[in-house]
Amino acid sequence: MYGFEAMTFNIHGGYLEAIVRGHRAGLLTAADYNNLCQCETLDDIKMHLSATEYGPYLQNEPSPLHTTTIVEKCTLKLVDEYKHMMCQATEPLSTFLEYITYGHMIDNVVLIVTGTLHERDVQELLEKCHPLGMFDSIATLAVAQNMRELYRLVLVDTPLAPYFSECITSEDLDDMNIEIMRNTLYKAYLEDFYRFCKKLGGATAEIMSDLLAFEADRRAVNITINSIGTELTRDDRRKLYSSFGLLYPYGHEELAVCEDIDQVRGVLEKYPPYQSIFSKLSYGESQMLDKAFYEEEVKRLCLAFEQQFHYGVFFAYMRLREQEIRNLMWISECVAQNQKSRVHDSVVFIF
Amino acid sequence: MSRSVIVGASSSWARALLSISPYTFSAIGIAIAIGISVLGAAWGIYITGSSLIGAAIKAPRITSKNLISVIFCEAVAIYGVIVAIILQTKLESVPASQLYAPESLRAGYAIFASGIIVGFANLVCGLCVGIIGSSCALSDAQNSSLFVKILVIEIFGSALGLFGVIVGIIMSAQATWPSKTV
Repeated sequence: MYGFEAMTFNIHGGYLEAIVRGHRAGLLTAADYNNLCQCETLDDIKMHLSATEYGPYLQNEPSPLHTTTIVEKCTLKLVDEYKHMMCQATEPLSTFLEYITYGHMIDNVVLIVTGTLHERDVQELLEKCHPLGMFDSIATLAVAQNMRELYRLVLVDTPLAPYFSECITSEDLDDMNIEIMRNTLYKAYLEDFYRFCKKLGGATAEIMSDLLAFEADRRAVNITINSIGTELTRDDRRKLYSSFGLLYPYGHEELAVCEDIDQVRGVLEKYPPYQSIFSKLSYGESQMLDKAFYEEEVKRLCLAFEQQFHYGVFFAYMRLREQEIRNLMWISECVAQNQKSRVHDSVVFIF
Repeated sequence: MSRSVIVGASSSWARALLSISPYTFSAIGIAIAIGISVLGAAWGIYITGSSLIGAAIKAPRITSKNLISVIFCEAVAIYGVIVAIILQTKLESVPASQLYAPESLRAGYAIFASGIIVGFANLVCGLCVGIIGSSCALSDAQNSSLFVKILVIEIFGSALGLFGVIVGIIMSAQATWPSKTV
């Protein structure tokens, strides 16, 4: 019942909600980012981070630091927090938390399959996988030759299995197929997550459907932009769009026939929430679009914390941390490669 | 038994109600006054408490300050106890012939109504204070300047229970039993 979660939410969720809000207070602020952007070496970055919550994770690292080490340790912190929350969670929150990791699982599957296709070492690929998206049989993914085997040998035991129903073909795996598979899986995943949140009801449904709708729309736009100039047909393109979101269904019809970035822009400008994103960009520009979408997403995720007694905060926190890790990676890369002038290109300030 | 003043048909709800002893009404009223008040207090305390311990992990400074929210909830239970004690002192024994006299009935109903007023006023008051207390703990953990502002809201919330107590006490002052000499 909407508005009455306040009475019973805290039985199971109160403690964890308070914890996740505590974690949120540990996110890096604009002041932290300003300090980090001033750094000259990776050791400076480590020194600045040691004053934040990342401190304990980085303090024992030997001095010639690499960007990967920093990112790895920061991710480790996120994973530790996630596991702690997972241990404390009861139904339906634990299912909700599991849903958050499915996106990483899809990415990992795609990473391994693409890597094997290009004959990379499996061990090396496994190290690149996101730890949140790991499952037991992930290493055996490499043996699969086509989609059917992939499903039958490995994925049938994972939570991703139901999402596969739409993309089982006996076609051999190639880059195009894998990309289509990734997007089909993601579409099924988002729709499933959306249904699950709707079922939870109340403020969770309201806030999560908003966040997921944004995610679905962003993916629709990205699919459109990435498929411009490829052999993907209009109908195939439309099949990859999730069946909810602000753009559904009329926007999808229009996006499916777009031929260049300015047409995409024309479609999206009809939707007031997305108008502001495009107003920052000049015509014909698509590189900055990703950043603009990330900025908008961060803004929406921060707003999820304004309301109490719902699960959206867990989703928002995980996403914000991931964005923060992306920022740290970018800053470290810029510092490591002496490209400090470009440091502001991709950093999305969270607060 | 003089039930001649208010008479229901021989088989009707009104008659059934009239046949319930005023002492039963009084006892139920007292039970509701304390029982529902304690329910409200307990409800509020768990809402506040679970958020408070969670938030205190990252910001331990908030614990002693935010105990005040728990105390506000606790006060709701105390209101219930006080009113229950006041109500039970109103009980007097009357001769069997006077048990269903209008005055006895009025006393019984007054104590019953007073108990309901206090019980439910305190239930919602406890809920209100509990939910605000939970938000108070969370926002204090983020920004300590918010504590006093939310505390003011909490005080207004806890005043609601007091209204119930005042009306309940005034109501129970109506309860006078027939004197034994008649």
